[in-house]
Amino acid sequence: MSHAEPSPTPVGDRPPTLCEVFATTAADGAATGFVLAQLGSRPGPVLWVQDRVSRREGGRPSARGLAAALGHPLDVLYLEVGRAVDVLWAMEEALGCAALSIVIGEVWGDPPALGFTATKRLAIRSEARGVAAWLLRRAAAPDLSAARERWRVSSQPALPHPDDPRTPGEALWLAELFRSRGRRTGIWVARRDTTTRRSAPDSPPMRETRSGSRTKDGPDRTGTILRLAARPGGFGSLGTQTGFAPDLRAVSDGSAVA
Amino acid sequence: MPPSVPGAVILPFASLGDRSGGAGLKAGPWPTGLTAGGIGGPISEQGRPADRRILSLALPRLTIERRLRIGGQGDNVLLALTVPGPHGPVIQAATTVAEAAGALPGLRVVDARGACPALRVEEADPEGDARALGRLMLWARRWCPWTALEETGGPGLVLDVTGSAHLWGGEAALLTEIEGRLSDLGLTARLAIAPTRGSAWALARFAGPRAICGPGEVEAMTAPLPVRALRLSQDTALLLQRLGLKTVGDLLAVPRLPLARRFARAEPSDNPLLRLDQLTGRLPEPLHCPDDPPRFVARAVLSEPVQDPTPLLPALARELCAMLAAKGAGTRGLALAVYRSDGEVSGVEVATARATRDPIHLARLFEGKLDRLDPGFGFDLATLAATVPEPLDARQPGLDGRRDDGEDLARLVDRLSARFGPRALLRPAPRESHVPERAESWVPALGPSPGPVPPPPRPRPLRLFDPPEEVRVIYAVPEGPPAQFVWRRVTHRVARFAGPERIAPEWWRDPPGTRLRDYWRIEDQEGRRFWLYREGLPGDGRGGTPRWFMHGIFA
Repeated sequence: MSHAEPSPTPVGDRPPTLCEVFATTAADGAATGFVLAQLGSRPGPVLWVQDRVSRREGGRPSARGLAAALGHPLDVLYLEVGRAVDVLWAMEEALGCAALSIVIGEVWGDPPALGFTATKRLAIRSEARGVAAWLLRRAAAPDLSAARERWRVSSQPALPHPDDPRTPGEALWLAELFRSRGRRTGIWVARRDTTTRRSAPDSPPMRETRSGSRTKDGPDRTGTILRLAARPGGFGSLGTQTGFAPDLRAVSDGSAVA
Repeated sequence: MPPSVPGAVILPFASLGDRSGGAGLKAGPWPTGLTAGGIGGPISEQGRPADRRILSLALPRLTIERRLRIGGQGDNVLLALTVPGPHGPVIQAATTVAEAAGALPGLRVVDARGACPALRVEEADPEGDARALGRLMLWARRWCPWTALEETGGPGLVLDVTGSAHLWGGEAALLTEIEGRLSDLGLTARLAIAPTRGSAWALARFAGPRAICGPGEVEAMTAPLPVRALRLSQDTALLLQRLGLKTVGDLLAVPRLPLARRFARAEPSDNPLLRLDQLTGRLPEPLHCPDDPPRFVARAVLSEPVQDPTPLLPALARELCAMLAAKGAGTRGLALAVYRSDGEVSGVEVATARATRDPIHLARLFEGKLDRLDPGFGFDLATLAATVPEPLDARQPGLDGRRDDGEDLARLVDRLSARFGPRALLRPAPRESHVPERAESWVPALGPSPGPVPPPPRPRPLRLFDPPEEVRVIYAVPEGPPAQFVWRRVTHRVARFAGPERIAPEWWRDPPGTRLRDYWRIEDQEGRRFWLYREGLPGDGRGGTPRWFMHGIFA
């Protein structure tokens, strides 16, 4: 069975815009890792804005940890502010500066300041200047927002370590694109693309049902991004994709069947 | 009026030529147009110095007193400041208590610790001391217009008080005033006034307190002082001692010719005869005074008091930037002060990451900060001053019309720092340490950039908790990995783990009794990855049962 639907473009190669990522739990590093994986090849420092509650509940980004995750030296500017409205002000100000590579803002909860207007302003500014903006949200409900893409990301058991199967290896995330302008929504199992390790195109598939229960058909899922639940009613459509972008990979050429 | 000779004219006090063009701004009781060029003591026809009055000011305890003042401590702590030496750190300065306990300057720290085990040792900050001394030198121009740093003999200043002592009620009163002011700053000072730099230097350091030497008394007053008072090196002073010339008087009694022959090859600064001539005034010794740093202040004088300074800012910024551009300067700090009609003064300060003179950018930095000014019944004078002027050459933008990315970024840093405070916007400054929180140090982004952070050799979490949060842990083996832990009232079952990675305390920094840490990378049943550590080992003799902490989150 082959699905003719287009393979979703990896996020990093799309024109920069405002995207939102919802973390399922406060203490989950998946959302952070997922956002960091979107850091394309664009040079320039990262601006990371955090409100105080996010810092207390989710910890402060560690410069060495970020560099370790990326595998190359990283220049970070970190701003800690008190309220969500300050996060939005700082992000808006920063999006006017084309020297930055990405602007990441963390907002806790559903502050009234973070409404449709505020997100629309961010999105327009981000597109005008070509600087990607990511809003990382915790303990938040996906209310009205002008973000062009909205993701929900949670951790998945990691790939086994190649040398020691009892230790966690490369991280996997379950990434659900639940609202998007210009492309189809869907659920992926994603990981950071290290480009050195190409995924096996015939990796065993994974099945997803609408209720969210997952079954695994194969012994392992070595390093691919599997596309699941491609569209409403299309459960179980999966497959692998052979062309990869440097970060998030999607799988959808339909060589495998449900 | 002193006699004058060609080439070195002594002018009346108020009619000296203008030195820097900015002397009129100087605060002080002098008429404007006052100068302090590099004028040495001119020689009169008799070969004696004209009646100059040089004040030498020695600050023998500046290093330690400055540190105590910064720390807000009294002199009763056992503290010593060290500088690196060829065989380990050497004490540069110590508190009086520490000196009494045996920690004398010049001693190595290990030796001093033998005499005084409780000695606390910190590193000295010579650059900071030099900067402080430079500021003190400019501040000392409150007493006379000509001040300079002393080159030899430790921290000190030279003031040419010729003609200005009477403004302070005479030389004795001036010395008391200076000593009192400096002691208000917490500084011990030794001072003397004499006709030459050499004699003032000698009397300040080797004679009694507040020595005043009249024009004809130089030789009489300096004769009993040791030869070290001639600003000679240790070796030369020792050599003279061995020759039996123990005091300045002994040296004065020696005929000049043999002395000149004996030290013909000595460095000029180490030549006893030369130094002797400088002391007596046979040889002039110019006093080179650095110029005042330029001051850039724009002011708006209003005929009627107003409440809101915002409409004044663009014009003030433009005026200030024009002044800066005329001097080829930019600024890294701005201070806006408003003078209320009831006499109160309040101000706002902002800083920038790199020097700039863009009026629009500078005016924008004050956005949102002016609400904090309390205008009272209104103010009628506002000044905008460049607090950190720096040289800044004009730059040409690229032909494609694009601006420099670094400049763009610097402006963003300025705006964010101005709005949220300089401590809110940070940059990582990695430091050499194995302890994770110590390796992660952050510095204000307004300062110089430490450069990108290289990836660490071992896996490190994306997020760190500061401080680490304690977790309750169930384990199979006390030294082993956790089987289950409760963090924030949620139970996590450990599915997979990696570790331990042992990080030992840094004995050179940590207090004794600090326990080691065993770090584990943990994955729980839902795939969330954490960084846990156990503090200590059971039975390591450094406390009871080891506690567990959550330190970070992996992606």
